[in-house]
Amino acid sequence: MMWHHRLSRWDVKSAPYLYIAPFFILFALVGLFPLLYTGWVALNKWSLITGNQGFIGFGNFSYVLDQPRFWDAVVNTFSIFLLSSVPQMIIAIAIASVLDANLRAKTFWRMGVLVPFVVAPVAVSLVFGQLFADQSGVINAILTNIGLDPIGWHSERFWSHIAIASMVNFRWTGYNTLIFLAAMQAIPRDVIEAAVVDGASRWRTFFHVTVPMLRPTIIFVVITSTIGGLQIFDEPRMYDNFGLGGPDREWMTVTMYLYELGWGSQRNLGRSAAAAWLLFLIIVLFAVVNYAITQRISTTEGRPAKTRKVVAR
Amino acid sequence: MRSSLIRGAATAAGLALVLAGCSTSTPNPGASTAPSDEKVTLTVATFNEFGYDDLYAEYTASHPNVTIVPKKAATSNEARENYFSKLAAGSGLSDIEAIEVDWMPDVMQTADKLMDLSGDDVAGRWLDWKAKAATTPDGKLVAFGTDIGPEGVCYRSDLFKKAGLPTDREEVAKALGTTWDDYFNLGKQFVAKSGGVAWFDGADAIMQGQINQLPNAFSSSDTEEVLIPLDQNQPVKDMYNSILKASIDDKLSANLQQWQPDWTNAFQKGKFATMLCPGWMLGVIEGNAKGVEGWDIANAFPGGGGNWGGSYLTVPAQGAHQAAARELAAWLTAPEQQIKAFKAKGTFPSQVEALSSPDLLGVKNAFFNDAPTGQILADRAKAVTIVPFKGPQYFAVRGVLSDAINRVDITKKQTAADSWAQAVKEFEALG
Repeated sequence: MMWHHRLSRWDVKSAPYLYIAPFFILFALVGLFPLLYTGWVALNKWSLITGNQGFIGFGNFSYVLDQPRFWDAVVNTFSIFLLSSVPQMIIAIAIASVLDANLRAKTFWRMGVLVPFVVAPVAVSLVFGQLFADQSGVINAILTNIGLDPIGWHSERFWSHIAIASMVNFRWTGYNTLIFLAAMQAIPRDVIEAAVVDGASRWRTFFHVTVPMLRPTIIFVVITSTIGGLQIFDEPRMYDNFGLGGPDREWMTVTMYLYELGWGSQRNLGRSAAAAWLLFLIIVLFAVVNYAITQRISTTEGRPAKTRKVVAR
Repeated sequence: MRSSLIRGAATAAGLALVLAGCSTSTPNPGASTAPSDEKVTLTVATFNEFGYDDLYAEYTASHPNVTIVPKKAATSNEARENYFSKLAAGSGLSDIEAIEVDWMPDVMQTADKLMDLSGDDVAGRWLDWKAKAATTPDGKLVAFGTDIGPEGVCYRSDLFKKAGLPTDREEVAKALGTTWDDYFNLGKQFVAKSGGVAWFDGADAIMQGQINQLPNAFSSSDTEEVLIPLDQNQPVKDMYNSILKASIDDKLSANLQQWQPDWTNAFQKGKFATMLCPGWMLGVIEGNAKGVEGWDIANAFPGGGGNWGGSYLTVPAQGAHQAAARELAAWLTAPEQQIKAFKAKGTFPSQVEALSSPDLLGVKNAFFNDAPTGQILADRAKAVTIVPFKGPQYFAVRGVLSDAINRVDITKKQTAADSWAQAVKEFEALG
């Protein structure tokens, strides 16, 4: 009796942990271990070809922090991130609100916005490569035809970021649109009807009812696109056929820099791992900032915030 | 994934050393022992097109005990990553692994993980420079040569005619002269009358041709890499300045970076009149310049011969059937087989005997005005005399130079002097 009692108590106490254990075991194997191991690699002189050459402490970190290229890469990453995420968010909300309206062939339009997302990034880069070619590209041909100067898409740092951001937006706007659309459809219709009955215009309803009720979803999308945006690799790497980020690293991001250190010309995994850890720390810093902002929003808003949270789920 | 592979390297390196030790104590098991009838399955990993598909069947017909399992990677980059991670890990590679000449600096660093393939049966089979590039300082042959990329000069005879230059390929070869200055001087004559058409595609393509003619571009020793500080490397600095002077001041360059969309599209628009042309580039030009008439190839190359690209076969020491693998690799790279591969996929042979084969010498290329490309490229292959030494950091330094040239020639953001100063700093950051 005692034994059975004890067993069932143990069962009640431990079962929840056992149920969630698979995730944490998997995370430890493919998330935590590589993270810590990368930290160990970063503390050694470590060649891709010949392996570990001995412990050197924080030498790799000070090397990376000393490189103007690293800081260029940080600036490029944030620039491309802002140029892609901000317009993407605005356009996604706008398209979602159009799709939320009473359209004919709803499913067709809703699936349509997702089409760019399923196009392979390589194909996207081929198409955009022809659009943004400096001498023979479609966009520069149009610009010169209407009497403007052609843009140095691969020679001007800012314009290369615009071009890459447009590739990112092409791919991800539809995805975010669907998330916003789902959130909009979860907004109780009576709230919107009440606003309409009160005589609010469509714009006013949108900005004062719909958008505030989307706030938790906006925060979610901001956080996920921050994590994705700071690790951006595919689009800038495929922006030209060399994948280095241009002759003066005009569009090299941090992930491209760490790839160049580890697998590019230097074959130096130690330095590469140090750059990876620095990127990790930057993302953690951002996550903390995001968390603080989220906390602020939920504490300053009192009661309505709670209903909004329910909406988000 | 990568870190775990590399972690395995430390323990596996010991095993690989033991295996390598075996293969050095009996240098050439494949060459000395007669093939047994024991059943073996050999895996052969290649990339792109080696032209071996029909050869495998031919080999297994005469060697019924052998089963060949081919593996083909889509790109050489994919193959490269696979090769070096598994070489370091000590297991997982195929019995025969194809490599590209650009991997050689890394391959040489890991030569102890590869079988020594040297033997009387293959002595003198390849052009000297091809075999020398795969031989370690202590005389170990780590790879059998397959194809090469001997370089000639491709040109647009129609554009030459408009600018009043000779058009016949023999005369063009004479007019091109022997030195880079000759080549640039003919270019100046051309652009004076060409109406905006440039002489060559881009400055870095010229650098690629010239740097491979220096026996030791970046290192002061050719047994071990001792990098010469870039600011003290006068031959390279002179090369850099003369190429950029010709490209920018004399307007010989079309300011195009090879493989970029602008470069690909420029073939249709006829933006430049000549190109340094390894054998495999003929197909690239034909594809990009579809419908354009006037391309031809001259049996000449400025500054002596030049080679760009080419591949090898290696037998990793981690393999279980090294003797049988060596036998197959030696057979695949024999002149007779390489000629068949050439006929199938156009991989230009590196074997001396193959270069005088009527099958090769008779080849003409209709797109290049029926030029006898077989004969021309065979002559170009024999004109190569220099085997440039490329140490572990070679491509890192070469990359710094490419960037420096492209900042002046392609993006036009810097002067030659400023870009050089930046390159010197980037060079120092490699250390």
